[in-house]
Amino acid sequence: MDGSAPQARVSPGPQARPVVRVPVVLRVNGTEHRIEVDTRTTLLDALRDSLKLTGTKKGCDQGQCGACTVHVDGKRVLSCLTLAASADGRAVRTIEGLEQNGTPHPLQESFVKHDGLQCGYCTSGQIMSAVALIEEGRAGSDDDIREFMSGNLCRCGAYPNIVAAIREVAGRGDDA
Amino acid sequence: MRSFAYVRATTVDHAVAEVTADPDATYLAGGTTQVDLMKDEVFRPGRLVDITRLPLRDVTSDNGTLVVGALTTMEELAAHEVVAGRLPLVRQALLLGASPQLRHMATLGGNLLQRTRCRYFRDPGVACNKREPGAGCSAVDGFNRMHAVLGTSPACIATHASDVAVALLAVGASVRVRGQDGERVVPLTEFYRVPGSTPHVENVLAHGELITHLEIPLLPPGARSGYLKVRDRASYEFALASVAAALVIDDGRIRAAHLALGGVGTVPWHVPRAEELLRDAAPDAEVFSAAAEAALSGAVAQSGNGFKIELGRRAVVRMLSTLAEES
Repeated sequence: MDGSAPQARVSPGPQARPVVRVPVVLRVNGTEHRIEVDTRTTLLDALRDSLKLTGTKKGCDQGQCGACTVHVDGKRVLSCLTLAASADGRAVRTIEGLEQNGTPHPLQESFVKHDGLQCGYCTSGQIMSAVALIEEGRAGSDDDIREFMSGNLCRCGAYPNIVAAIREVAGRGDDA
Repeated sequence: MRSFAYVRATTVDHAVAEVTADPDATYLAGGTTQVDLMKDEVFRPGRLVDITRLPLRDVTSDNGTLVVGALTTMEELAAHEVVAGRLPLVRQALLLGASPQLRHMATLGGNLLQRTRCRYFRDPGVACNKREPGAGCSAVDGFNRMHAVLGTSPACIATHASDVAVALLAVGASVRVRGQDGERVVPLTEFYRVPGSTPHVENVLAHGELITHLEIPLLPPGARSGYLKVRDRASYEFALASVAAALVIDDGRIRAAHLALGGVGTVPWHVPRAEELLRDAAPDAEVFSAAAEAALSGAVAQSGNGFKIELGRRAVVRMLSTLAEES
Protein backbone atom coordinates (compact mmCIF):
# COMPACT_ATOMS: atom_id res chain seq x y z
CA MET A 1 0.00 0.00 0.00
CA ASP A 2 1.14 3.52 -0.79
CA GLY A 3 2.05 4.97 2.59
CA SER A 4 2.21 8.58 1.47
CA ALA A 5 -0.24 11.10 2.85
CA PRO A 6 -3.13 12.28 0.72
CA GLN A 7 -2.49 15.67 -0.83
CA ALA A 8 -4.53 18.26 1.04
CA ARG A 9 -6.58 20.92 -0.68
CA VAL A 10 -7.23 23.81 1.70
CA SER A 11 -10.29 26.02 1.32
CA PRO A 12 -11.65 28.75 3.59
CA GLY A 13 -14.47 27.73 5.93
CA PRO A 14 -16.89 29.40 8.33
CA GLN A 15 -14.58 28.91 11.33
CA ALA A 16 -11.36 30.63 12.20
CA ARG A 17 -9.51 27.65 10.79
CA PRO A 18 -9.87 26.76 7.14
CA VAL A 19 -11.71 23.58 6.27
CA VAL A 20 -9.25 20.99 5.06
CA ARG A 21 -10.35 18.45 2.50
CA VAL A 22 -8.44 15.32 1.54
CA PRO A 23 -8.95 12.70 -1.15
CA VAL A 24 -9.74 9.27 0.22
CA VAL A 25 -10.16 5.85 -1.35
CA LEU A 26 -12.76 3.84 0.52
CA ARG A 27 -12.87 0.15 -0.36
CA VAL A 28 -16.30 -0.90 0.85
CA ASN A 29 -17.70 -4.39 0.33
CA GLY A 30 -15.27 -4.93 -2.54
CA THR A 31 -16.05 -1.69 -4.37
CA GLU A 32 -13.57 1.17 -4.56
CA HIS A 33 -14.93 4.68 -3.99
CA ARG A 34 -12.78 7.74 -4.64
CA ILE A 35 -14.16 10.66 -2.68
CA GLU A 36 -12.96 13.88 -1.11
CA VAL A 37 -13.79 14.52 2.53
CA ASP A 38 -13.41 17.19 5.18
CA THR A 39 -10.68 15.82 7.49
CA ARG A 40 -13.23 15.80 10.33
CA THR A 41 -15.44 13.28 8.52
CA THR A 42 -15.79 9.98 10.31
CA LEU A 43 -15.93 6.71 8.43
CA LEU A 44 -19.54 6.47 9.62
CA ASP A 45 -20.53 9.78 8.04
CA ALA A 46 -18.61 9.00 4.86
CA LEU A 47 -20.45 5.68 4.51
CA ARG A 48 -23.86 7.20 5.14
CA ASP A 49 -23.60 10.64 3.57
CA SER A 50 -21.09 10.22 0.75
CA LEU A 51 -21.65 6.60 -0.26
CA LYS A 52 -25.35 6.48 0.74
CA LEU A 53 -24.77 3.20 2.56
CA THR A 54 -27.24 3.94 5.34
CA GLY A 55 -27.38 0.44 6.78
CA THR A 56 -24.69 1.42 9.28
CA LYS A 57 -26.41 3.44 12.02
CA LYS A 58 -25.40 6.45 14.08
CA GLY A 59 -26.48 5.87 17.66
CA CYS A 60 -24.47 7.73 20.28
CA ASP A 61 -21.69 8.92 17.93
CA GLN A 62 -19.37 8.63 20.97
CA GLY A 63 -18.14 5.07 20.78
CA GLN A 64 -20.43 3.74 23.46
CA CYS A 65 -23.37 2.00 21.78
CA GLY A 66 -21.93 -0.11 18.95
CA ALA A 67 -24.67 0.74 16.41
CA CYS A 68 -21.99 1.91 13.95
CA THR A 69 -19.94 -1.32 14.07
CA VAL A 70 -18.27 -2.25 10.77
CA HIS A 71 -15.28 -4.39 9.88
CA VAL A 72 -12.00 -2.74 8.83
CA ASP A 73 -9.33 -5.09 7.54
CA GLY A 74 -11.38 -7.95 9.00
CA LYS A 75 -11.69 -6.56 12.54
CA ARG A 76 -14.87 -5.14 14.08
CA VAL A 77 -14.43 -1.48 14.91
CA LEU A 78 -16.53 1.61 15.61
CA SER A 79 -16.94 3.71 12.48
CA CYS A 80 -17.99 6.76 14.53
CA LEU A 81 -14.52 6.99 16.09
CA THR A 82 -12.64 6.17 12.89
CA LEU A 83 -11.66 9.10 10.67
CA ALA A 84 -12.40 8.49 7.01
CA ALA A 85 -8.93 9.81 6.16
CA SER A 86 -7.39 7.18 8.40
CA ALA A 87 -9.44 4.42 6.72
CA ASP A 88 -8.01 5.38 3.32
CA GLY A 89 -7.26 2.22 1.34
CA ARG A 90 -8.42 -0.16 4.07
CA ALA A 91 -10.94 -2.92 3.37
CA VAL A 92 -14.29 -1.96 4.92
CA ARG A 93 -17.21 -4.35 5.28
CA THR A 94 -20.68 -3.11 6.20
CA ILE A 95 -24.06 -4.74 6.73
CA GLU A 96 -24.76 -4.21 3.01
CA GLY A 97 -21.84 -6.52 2.23
CA LEU A 98 -23.10 -9.58 4.08
CA GLU A 99 -25.63 -10.94 1.59
CA GLN A 100 -24.44 -13.18 -1.19
CA ASN A 101 -26.31 -13.16 -4.53
CA GLY A 102 -29.46 -11.97 -2.82
CA THR A 103 -29.31 -14.49 0.01
CA PRO A 104 -29.05 -12.96 3.48
CA HIS A 105 -26.18 -13.97 5.76
CA PRO A 106 -27.16 -16.79 8.18
CA LEU A 107 -27.02 -14.32 11.07
CA GLN A 108 -29.44 -12.01 9.30
CA GLU A 109 -31.82 -14.97 8.86
CA SER A 110 -31.30 -16.01 12.46
CA PHE A 111 -32.03 -12.54 13.86
CA VAL A 112 -35.35 -12.60 11.98
CA LYS A 113 -36.15 -16.15 13.08
CA HIS A 114 -35.40 -15.46 16.76
CA ASP A 115 -36.90 -11.98 16.76
CA GLY A 116 -33.54 -10.53 17.80
CA LEU A 117 -34.77 -6.96 17.56
CA GLN A 118 -37.63 -4.66 18.33
CA CYS A 119 -37.06 -1.20 16.83
CA GLY A 120 -34.13 -2.48 14.77
CA TYR A 121 -31.87 0.53 15.11
CA CYS A 122 -29.01 -1.37 16.75
CA THR A 123 -29.42 -4.44 14.55
CA SER A 124 -26.83 -3.73 11.85
CA GLY A 125 -24.22 -3.15 14.53
CA GLN A 126 -25.33 -6.23 16.46
CA ILE A 127 -25.06 -8.41 13.36
CA MET A 128 -21.69 -7.00 12.26
CA SER A 129 -20.38 -7.56 15.77
CA ALA A 130 -21.87 -11.08 15.89
CA VAL A 131 -20.29 -12.05 12.55
CA ALA A 132 -16.91 -11.04 13.98
CA LEU A 133 -17.64 -12.71 17.31
CA ILE A 134 -18.14 -16.07 15.62
CA GLU A 135 -15.04 -15.55 13.44
CA GLU A 136 -13.06 -14.75 16.61
CA GLY A 137 -14.21 -18.09 18.10
CA ARG A 138 -15.88 -16.45 21.09
CA ALA A 139 -19.39 -17.87 20.82
CA GLY A 140 -18.57 -20.98 22.86
CA SER A 141 -21.14 -20.32 25.58
CA ASP A 142 -23.99 -17.93 26.24
CA ASP A 143 -21.84 -16.19 28.85
CA ASP A 144 -19.10 -15.70 26.26
CA ILE A 145 -21.61 -14.34 23.77
CA ARG A 146 -22.87 -11.85 26.36
CA GLU A 147 -19.35 -10.79 27.36
CA PHE A 148 -18.03 -10.38 23.82
CA MET A 149 -21.20 -8.65 22.58
CA SER A 150 -21.04 -6.16 25.46
CA GLY A 151 -20.05 -3.34 23.11
CA ASN A 152 -23.45 -3.47 21.39
CA LEU A 153 -26.29 -1.94 23.34
CA CYS A 154 -29.98 -2.60 22.64
CA ARG A 155 -32.31 -0.12 24.33
CA CYS A 156 -35.31 -2.31 23.47
CA GLY A 157 -33.75 -5.10 25.50
CA ALA A 158 -33.83 -7.83 22.88
CA TYR A 159 -30.75 -9.42 24.41
CA PRO A 160 -32.13 -12.95 25.10
CA ASN A 161 -33.21 -13.27 21.47
CA ILE A 162 -29.94 -11.82 20.19
CA VAL A 163 -28.04 -14.44 22.19
CA ALA A 164 -30.34 -17.16 20.81
CA ALA A 165 -29.82 -15.96 17.24
CA ILE A 166 -26.03 -16.00 17.62
CA ARG A 167 -26.03 -19.33 19.44
CA GLU A 168 -27.87 -21.01 16.57
CA VAL A 169 -25.47 -19.77 13.90
CA ALA A 170 -22.47 -20.61 16.08
CA GLY A 171 -23.69 -24.19 15.83
CA ARG A 172 -24.72 -24.95 19.36
CA GLY A 173 -28.44 -25.33 18.65
CA ASP A 174 -30.69 -24.46 21.58
CA ASP A 175 -28.59 -25.83 24.41
CA ALA A 176 -27.69 -23.02 26.77
CA MET B 1 -15.24 19.51 15.86
CA ARG B 2 -12.68 22.14 14.87
CA SER B 3 -10.96 21.89 11.52
CA PHE B 4 -7.53 20.32 11.41
CA ALA B 5 -4.84 19.47 8.93
CA TYR B 6 -4.17 15.76 8.41
CA VAL B 7 -0.71 14.35 7.83
CA ARG B 8 0.11 10.68 7.41
CA ALA B 9 3.49 9.89 8.94
CA THR B 10 5.79 7.79 6.80
CA THR B 11 8.48 7.12 9.42
CA VAL B 12 8.86 7.55 13.17
CA ASP B 13 11.31 10.41 12.58
CA HIS B 14 8.84 12.08 10.21
CA ALA B 15 6.06 11.79 12.80
CA VAL B 16 8.19 13.20 15.61
CA ALA B 17 9.40 16.08 13.43
CA GLU B 18 5.86 17.00 12.36
CA VAL B 19 4.48 17.13 15.88
CA THR B 20 7.53 18.69 17.51
CA ALA B 21 7.52 21.56 15.02
CA ASP B 22 3.88 22.51 15.63
CA PRO B 23 2.55 23.25 19.15
CA ASP B 24 -1.00 22.60 17.85
CA ALA B 25 -0.15 19.20 16.40
CA THR B 26 -0.71 15.83 17.99
CA TYR B 27 -0.56 12.15 17.09
CA LEU B 28 -3.50 10.05 15.94
CA ALA B 29 -3.39 6.31 16.62
CA GLY B 30 -6.51 4.27 17.46
CA GLY B 31 -8.45 7.47 18.03
CA THR B 32 -10.84 5.97 20.56
CA THR B 33 -10.22 8.70 23.14
CA GLN B 34 -8.93 11.39 20.84
CA VAL B 35 -11.66 11.55 18.17
CA ASP B 36 -14.30 11.47 20.90
CA LEU B 37 -12.67 14.39 22.74
CA MET B 38 -12.27 16.31 19.48
CA LYS B 39 -16.00 15.96 18.79
CA ASP B 40 -16.68 17.49 22.21
CA GLU B 41 -14.07 20.19 21.52
CA VAL B 42 -12.16 19.24 24.65
CA PHE B 43 -9.24 18.63 22.26
CA ARG B 44 -8.76 21.14 19.49
CA PRO B 45 -5.60 20.14 17.64
CA GLY B 46 -4.80 22.07 14.49
CA ARG B 47 -2.91 19.17 12.94
CA LEU B 48 -3.27 15.42 13.32
CA VAL B 49 -0.26 13.30 12.48
CA ASP B 50 -1.63 9.83 11.70
CA ILE B 51 0.88 7.24 12.90
CA THR B 52 -1.28 4.17 12.31
CA ARG B 53 0.80 2.94 9.35
CA LEU B 54 4.16 3.09 11.09
CA PRO B 55 5.85 -0.29 11.66
CA LEU B 56 5.30 -0.28 15.44
CA ARG B 57 3.02 -3.27 15.74
CA ASP B 58 5.38 -6.14 16.36
CA VAL B 59 5.66 -8.11 19.60
CA THR B 60 8.96 -9.83 20.33
CA SER B 61 10.26 -11.71 23.31
CA ASP B 62 13.83 -10.90 24.20
CA ASN B 63 15.77 -12.24 27.16
CA GLY B 64 12.89 -12.24 29.64
CA THR B 65 11.38 -9.03 28.34
CA LEU B 66 8.43 -8.66 26.00
CA VAL B 67 8.99 -5.75 23.62
CA VAL B 68 5.67 -4.49 22.29
CA GLY B 69 5.29 -2.03 19.43
CA ALA B 70 3.18 0.87 20.69
CA LEU B 71 0.65 0.46 17.87
CA THR B 72 -0.15 -3.11 18.89
CA THR B 73 -3.87 -3.16 19.66
CA MET B 74 -5.30 -4.32 22.98
CA GLU B 75 -6.85 -7.36 21.27
CA GLU B 76 -3.58 -8.26 19.56
CA LEU B 77 -1.58 -8.14 22.78
CA ALA B 78 -4.23 -10.09 24.70
CA ALA B 79 -4.04 -12.83 22.05
CA HIS B 80 -0.25 -13.13 22.20
CA GLU B 81 0.82 -16.52 23.55
CA VAL B 82 3.62 -15.16 25.73
CA VAL B 83 1.17 -12.76 27.39
CA ALA B 84 -1.27 -15.59 28.00
CA GLY B 85 1.45 -17.80 29.43
CA ARG B 86 3.71 -15.46 31.35
CA LEU B 87 1.69 -12.30 31.97
CA PRO B 88 -1.84 -13.49 32.83
CA LEU B 89 -2.58 -10.29 34.78
CA VAL B 90 -1.83 -8.21 31.67
CA ARG B 91 -4.08 -10.37 29.52
CA GLN B 92 -6.90 -10.18 32.06
CA ALA B 93 -6.58 -6.41 32.40
CA LEU B 94 -6.71 -6.03 28.61
CA LEU B 95 -9.79 -8.19 28.17
CA LEU B 96 -11.65 -6.59 31.08
CA GLY B 97 -11.26 -3.16 29.48
CA ALA B 98 -13.60 -1.42 27.04
CA SER B 99 -15.46 -3.51 24.42
CA PRO B 100 -14.18 -5.81 21.64
CA GLN B 101 -14.66 -3.08 19.02
CA LEU B 102 -12.70 -0.54 21.07
CA ARG B 103 -9.99 -3.10 21.85
CA HIS B 104 -9.52 -3.79 18.13
CA MET B 105 -8.91 -0.07 17.60
CA ALA B 106 -7.11 1.08 20.75
CA THR B 107 -3.32 0.81 20.78
CA LEU B 108 -1.13 0.13 23.80
CA GLY B 109 0.63 3.48 23.51
CA GLY B 110 -2.70 5.27 23.29
CA ASN B 111 -4.09 3.29 26.19
CA LEU B 112 -1.31 4.52 28.47
CA LEU B 113 -2.02 8.10 27.37
CA GLN B 114 -5.81 7.94 27.53
CA ARG B 115 -7.49 10.87 29.22
CA THR B 116 -9.68 10.69 32.28
CA ARG B 117 -13.40 9.90 32.07
CA CYS B 118 -14.18 12.67 34.59
CA ARG B 119 -17.43 14.09 33.22
CA TYR B 120 -16.35 17.63 34.09
CA PHE B 121 -13.15 17.28 32.06
CA ARG B 122 -15.29 16.17 29.12
CA ASP B 123 -17.75 19.05 29.36
CA PRO B 124 -16.29 22.32 28.05
CA GLY B 125 -19.24 24.14 29.65
CA VAL B 126 -17.92 23.72 33.21
CA ALA B 127 -14.70 24.52 35.06
CA CYS B 128 -11.86 22.00 34.94
CA ASN B 129 -8.23 22.60 35.89
CA LYS B 130 -7.08 19.73 33.72
CA ARG B 131 -8.73 21.15 30.62
CA GLU B 132 -8.12 24.80 31.45
CA PRO B 133 -5.42 25.42 34.08
CA GLY B 134 -6.60 27.72 36.86
CA ALA B 135 -10.30 27.43 36.00
CA GLY B 136 -11.21 25.44 39.11
CA CYS B 137 -12.44 21.89 39.76
CA SER B 138 -16.13 21.11 39.36
CA ALA B 139 -15.76 17.55 40.64
CA VAL B 140 -14.74 18.43 44.20
CA ASP B 141 -18.22 19.83 44.88
CA GLY B 142 -19.93 17.78 42.19
CA PHE B 143 -20.84 14.18 41.50
CA ASN B 144 -17.62 12.41 42.42
CA ARG B 145 -18.62 8.81 43.07
CA MET B 146 -16.25 7.58 40.33
CA HIS B 147 -13.38 9.88 41.32
CA ALA B 148 -10.03 9.14 42.90
CA VAL B 149 -9.14 8.77 46.57
CA LEU B 150 -5.37 8.48 46.09
CA GLY B 151 -2.99 11.01 44.57
CA THR B 152 -5.60 13.76 44.61
CA SER B 153 -5.10 17.47 45.18
CA PRO B 154 -7.51 20.37 45.72
CA ALA B 155 -7.02 21.10 42.01
CA CYS B 156 -7.99 17.68 40.63
CA ILE B 157 -9.52 14.36 41.71
CA ALA B 158 -9.95 12.78 38.26
CA THR B 159 -9.36 9.02 38.07
CA HIS B 160 -6.94 7.45 35.60
CA ALA B 161 -9.12 4.99 33.74
CA SER B 162 -6.67 2.49 32.24
CA ASP B 163 -6.77 -1.14 33.35
CA VAL B 164 -3.73 -2.44 31.51
CA ALA B 165 -1.54 0.41 32.78
CA VAL B 166 -2.17 -0.90 36.29
CA ALA B 167 -1.01 -4.40 35.38
CA LEU B 168 2.00 -3.06 33.47
CA LEU B 169 2.95 -0.83 36.39
CA ALA B 170 2.73 -3.78 38.78
CA VAL B 171 5.19 -5.88 36.79
CA GLY B 172 7.67 -3.05 36.28
CA ALA B 173 7.12 -2.21 32.61
CA SER B 174 8.78 0.73 30.87
CA VAL B 175 8.06 2.78 27.78
CA ARG B 176 10.55 3.53 25.04
CA VAL B 177 10.13 7.12 23.92
CA ARG B 178 11.41 8.82 20.76
CA GLY B 179 11.90 12.55 20.65
CA GLN B 180 13.66 15.05 18.46
CA ASP B 181 16.88 14.48 20.43
CA GLY B 182 16.84 10.70 20.46
CA GLU B 183 15.44 7.85 22.48
CA ARG B 184 14.94 7.29 26.19
CA VAL B 185 13.40 4.59 28.33
CA VAL B 186 11.06 5.61 31.13
CA PRO B 187 9.82 3.15 33.76
CA LEU B 188 6.06 3.47 34.28
CA THR B 189 6.83 4.10 37.97
CA GLU B 190 8.32 7.42 36.81
CA PHE B 191 6.03 8.10 33.86
CA TYR B 192 2.80 9.44 35.37
CA ARG B 193 2.51 12.68 37.33
CA VAL B 194 -0.04 13.19 40.09
CA PRO B 195 -2.05 16.37 39.55
CA GLY B 196 -0.73 18.61 42.34
CA SER B 197 -1.23 22.19 41.18
CA THR B 198 -0.71 21.26 37.50
CA PRO B 199 -3.36 18.63 36.64
CA HIS B 200 -3.03 19.37 32.92
CA VAL B 201 0.44 17.77 33.06
CA GLU B 202 -0.23 14.03 33.24
CA ASN B 203 3.11 12.47 32.40
CA VAL B 204 6.76 13.22 31.72
CA LEU B 205 6.49 13.33 27.91
CA ALA B 206 7.59 16.55 26.24
CA HIS B 207 5.54 17.85 23.31
CA GLY B 208 6.43 15.75 20.28
CA GLU B 209 7.81 12.76 22.18
CA LEU B 210 6.30 9.50 20.93
CA ILE B 211 5.99 6.18 22.75
CA THR B 212 7.35 3.66 20.26
CA HIS B 213 7.53 0.50 22.38
CA LEU B 214 6.65 -0.99 25.73
CA GLU B 215 9.15 -3.17 27.55
CA ILE B 216 7.40 -5.66 29.81
CA PRO B 217 9.45 -7.96 32.07
CA LEU B 218 7.99 -11.47 32.05
CA LEU B 219 6.93 -13.00 35.34
CA PRO B 220 9.02 -16.00 36.36
CA PRO B 221 7.57 -19.41 35.55
CA GLY B 222 5.41 -20.49 38.47
CA ALA B 223 4.32 -16.97 39.38
CA ARG B 224 0.62 -16.54 40.10
CA SER B 225 -0.98 -13.37 38.87
CA GLY B 226 -4.33 -11.80 38.17
CA TYR B 227 -6.33 -8.64 37.67
CA LEU B 228 -9.46 -8.07 39.73
CA LYS B 229 -11.82 -5.37 38.49
CA VAL B 230 -14.76 -4.29 40.63
CA ARG B 231 -17.40 -2.29 38.78
CA ASP B 232 -21.09 -1.43 38.58
CA ARG B 233 -21.79 -3.72 35.59
CA ALA B 234 -20.44 -7.15 34.73
CA SER B 235 -18.85 -5.91 31.51
CA TYR B 236 -17.98 -2.79 29.50
CA GLU B 237 -17.58 -0.47 32.48
CA PHE B 238 -14.76 1.39 34.19
CA ALA B 239 -13.39 0.17 37.51
CA LEU B 240 -14.59 1.44 40.86
CA ALA B 241 -11.50 -0.29 42.19
CA SER B 242 -9.11 -2.75 40.60
CA VAL B 243 -6.05 -4.69 41.67
CA ALA B 244 -3.20 -6.13 39.63
CA ALA B 245 -1.10 -8.57 41.60
CA ALA B 246 1.55 -11.21 41.11
CA LEU B 247 3.04 -13.51 43.72
CA VAL B 248 5.78 -16.08 43.68
CA ILE B 249 5.09 -18.48 46.55
CA ASP B 250 7.67 -21.12 47.39
CA ASP B 251 7.95 -23.35 50.42
CA GLY B 252 5.18 -21.49 52.26
CA ARG B 253 6.72 -18.05 51.75
CA ILE B 254 6.09 -15.18 49.37
CA ARG B 255 9.36 -14.80 47.45
CA ALA B 256 8.25 -11.99 45.15
CA ALA B 257 5.24 -9.68 45.14
CA HIS B 258 3.89 -7.10 42.69
CA LEU B 259 0.91 -4.92 43.50
CA ALA B 260 -0.82 -1.94 41.89
CA LEU B 261 -4.32 -0.47 42.03
CA GLY B 262 -6.64 1.11 39.49
CA GLY B 263 -9.91 2.99 39.68
CA VAL B 264 -8.88 4.68 42.92
CA GLY B 265 -5.96 6.89 41.90
CA THR B 266 -5.34 9.97 39.80
CA VAL B 267 -2.61 7.84 38.25
CA PRO B 268 -2.20 4.05 38.13
CA TRP B 269 -1.24 3.38 41.74
CA HIS B 270 1.86 1.34 42.56
CA VAL B 271 2.31 0.28 46.18
CA PRO B 272 5.95 -0.60 46.92
CA ARG B 273 5.26 -0.54 50.68
CA ALA B 274 2.68 -3.32 50.33
CA GLU B 275 5.10 -5.32 48.19
CA GLU B 276 7.74 -5.03 50.95
CA LEU B 277 5.27 -6.26 53.57
CA LEU B 278 4.38 -9.27 51.45
CA ARG B 279 7.93 -10.25 50.58
CA ASP B 280 9.24 -13.14 52.69
CA ALA B 281 5.97 -13.35 54.63
CA ALA B 282 3.74 -16.39 54.89
CA PRO B 283 0.76 -15.92 52.54
CA ASP B 284 -1.95 -15.50 55.17
CA ALA B 285 -4.89 -13.27 55.97
CA GLU B 286 -2.87 -11.15 58.35
CA VAL B 287 -0.26 -10.02 55.85
CA PHE B 288 -2.86 -9.57 53.10
CA SER B 289 -4.79 -7.27 55.41
CA ALA B 290 -1.62 -5.32 56.22
CA ALA B 291 -0.84 -5.00 52.51
CA ALA B 292 -4.37 -3.72 51.89
CA GLU B 293 -3.97 -1.10 54.64
CA ALA B 294 -0.69 0.01 53.10
CA ALA B 295 -2.23 0.12 49.63
CA LEU B 296 -4.92 2.62 50.64
CA SER B 297 -2.67 4.53 53.01
CA GLY B 298 -3.18 8.28 52.64
CA ALA B 299 -6.52 7.91 50.84
CA VAL B 300 -8.77 10.98 50.98
CA ALA B 301 -12.55 10.64 50.59
CA GLN B 302 -14.64 13.17 48.69
CA SER B 303 -18.37 13.64 49.26
CA GLY B 304 -19.41 10.70 47.10
CA ASN B 305 -16.55 8.23 46.89
CA GLY B 306 -15.58 7.31 50.46
CA PHE B 307 -16.73 3.74 49.84
CA LYS B 308 -13.79 3.25 47.49
CA ILE B 309 -11.32 3.18 50.38
CA GLU B 310 -12.79 0.07 51.99
CA LEU B 311 -13.67 -1.38 48.57
CA GLY B 312 -10.04 -0.98 47.50
CA ARG B 313 -8.77 -2.70 50.65
CA ARG B 314 -11.16 -5.60 50.24
CA ALA B 315 -10.25 -5.94 46.57
CA VAL B 316 -6.57 -6.23 47.53
CA VAL B 317 -7.30 -8.92 50.12
CA ARG B 318 -9.53 -10.84 47.70
CA MET B 319 -7.00 -10.72 44.87
CA LEU B 320 -4.11 -11.85 47.07
CA SER B 321 -6.19 -14.58 48.76
CA THR B 322 -7.33 -15.86 45.38
CA LEU B 323 -3.73 -16.10 44.18
CA ALA B 324 -2.58 -17.80 47.39
CA GLU B 325 -5.31 -20.42 47.07
CA GLU B 326 -4.34 -21.32 43.50
CA SER B 327 -2.58 -24.64 43.35
